Amino acid sequence: MATTILKKPGTFYEVFTRKPDADKINTHYCPGCGHGKLHKLIAEAIEDFGIQDRVIIINPVGCSVFLYYYFDTGHIQVAHGRAPAVATGIKRVHPHSIVISYQGDGDLAAIGGNEILHAANRGEHITVFFVNNAIYGMTGGQMAPTTLPGMKTTTTPRGRDIRNEGYPLKMAELIATLDAPVYVERVALTDAKNMARARKAVRKAIQIQMENKGFAFVEALSACPTGWGMNPPDAEKWINEVMTKYFPLGVFKDISDKVEPVKFEKKVLSPEEIKKAIGVDGETLTMKKYQRNIVAEKYKNPKIKVAGFGGQGILLLGLVLAQAGMLEEYNVSWLPSYGPEMRGGTANCHVNISEFEIASPLVSIPTALIVMNRPSLEKFEPTVKSGGLIIYDNSLIDIEPSRKDVEVIPVPATKIADDIGSTKVANMVMLGAYIGYTGILTKESVFDALDIVVKRKELNELNRRAIEAGIEYVM
Amino acid sequence: MQITLQKAFIKINKEQCKGCTLCIETCPVDVLKISDKFNSRGYHYAEYVGDGCTGCGVCFYACPEPGAITVYKRGAVVDEEILTLN
Repeated sequence: MATTILKKPGTFYEVFTRKPDADKINTHYCPGCGHGKLHKLIAEAIEDFGIQDRVIIINPVGCSVFLYYYFDTGHIQVAHGRAPAVATGIKRVHPHSIVISYQGDGDLAAIGGNEILHAANRGEHITVFFVNNAIYGMTGGQMAPTTLPGMKTTTTPRGRDIRNEGYPLKMAELIATLDAPVYVERVALTDAKNMARARKAVRKAIQIQMENKGFAFVEALSACPTGWGMNPPDAEKWINEVMTKYFPLGVFKDISDKVEPVKFEKKVLSPEEIKKAIGVDGETLTMKKYQRNIVAEKYKNPKIKVAGFGGQGILLLGLVLAQAGMLEEYNVSWLPSYGPEMRGGTANCHVNISEFEIASPLVSIPTALIVMNRPSLEKFEPTVKSGGLIIYDNSLIDIEPSRKDVEVIPVPATKIADDIGSTKVANMVMLGAYIGYTGILTKESVFDALDIVVKRKELNELNRRAIEAGIEYVM
Repeated sequence: MQITLQKAFIKINKEQCKGCTLCIETCPVDVLKISDKFNSRGYHYAEYVGDGCTGCGVCFYACPEPGAITVYKRGAVVDEEILTLN
């Protein structure tokens, strides 16, 4: 039986309590805004399909950023343009949810152009509603990728010049050229006829996801009376008469009859499978209790900075320290910091090992500096805390630290490593020297930590020898 | 008391109306008008002239506000008091 009462869909909150201002009944949209019309169609479809508990709406940046004020569904508000990427993640983790990405033209066609094309191209099982009003509405009517040629905006005061600003992006056409999308249509949120079509398109786009058929995309030409400087009826007339000339309405792709629905199976992993998947042999390592060394007061709770060239194993050195600290049940943190180069650039990492809670993983004033090249020594020597410790590789660094208020330990780590058999284990010699000198961690826990963090286990024999050589050197 | 409506009508919640006039523009039988009065937020709101609504529902979809317009079609079963409250 047909509905006999058309009223506020139940998908909307009765009262918009999340809205911070006093008015909790009306939307924040301007009079005549197309967003409200599309909201209503989506809300109605969700209610009619009985999927409210499964819907997660990705809130974009733009006027519709506050979707979560209105829809009583799941929400995530995401960074500008990133809605399809987040939608991808949610849908893959929760394939039984209905994930709706709702985006404007600045969000989807400009800053998020990359995300939408790739999500569409991968055929993600999401529904995308793209609101095209030809400008950036929220920020006051600047030119968007969808602005019509010759259209005046605050950033194209003489009209969009195609020789300077290019042509409007026709997103529906663009996406329809891809192989994966199942359904692509452009509608207009204007008169009764177009609203009926839009309503059908919205419902179909959601149904395609409910049937696990794939990616559905609906572009909605939408009025922005405020941004365009028109009254609402004129704005809708302008869409029908001008905008649709450039952005023709219609279905650009529909293979929903042909595609096979995908079956999403819920996979529940056993604890053993999880351990195997993340490469942890939980039994032997976590059960073991480690005896801590007695540490001299000045070496306790160190804030360590490890620095050198990328490729020297600086980050690994820090990681082994942190992992061993964790085995000894200290609080630890490890924060890598490096440039884009894998080798040759400078790298450093910040490590905390503490009996107390660690307030910040950053180590700006280290109490211990382990340094393996000259630029890093010059850079970080002044930052070391008075009374702190500098351990440096004097086979590579041809200057001496000049500070008199810190302990300085030169270790010819690279030379020692060479003698053992590989220059690459110089970092482990440095590590050995540090733990040997301060006693902060036991050899036992460090050796076990190596087995956890080093992927190529066959290297650990050499690593262990290097650590022992480092310890021996400082003893 | 529950009654079955013999003819359609619409209700406009004047406080939820922003006076955009899209409903008036779209109404095929021209039974909506803009009020001379303001609502509490300073908008001239849309009003039903009181007779002639066919219950087609196009104003409902034309209206951007979620709850400003409610359309009762012929045959709808409603509380009697709905007819008197406006």
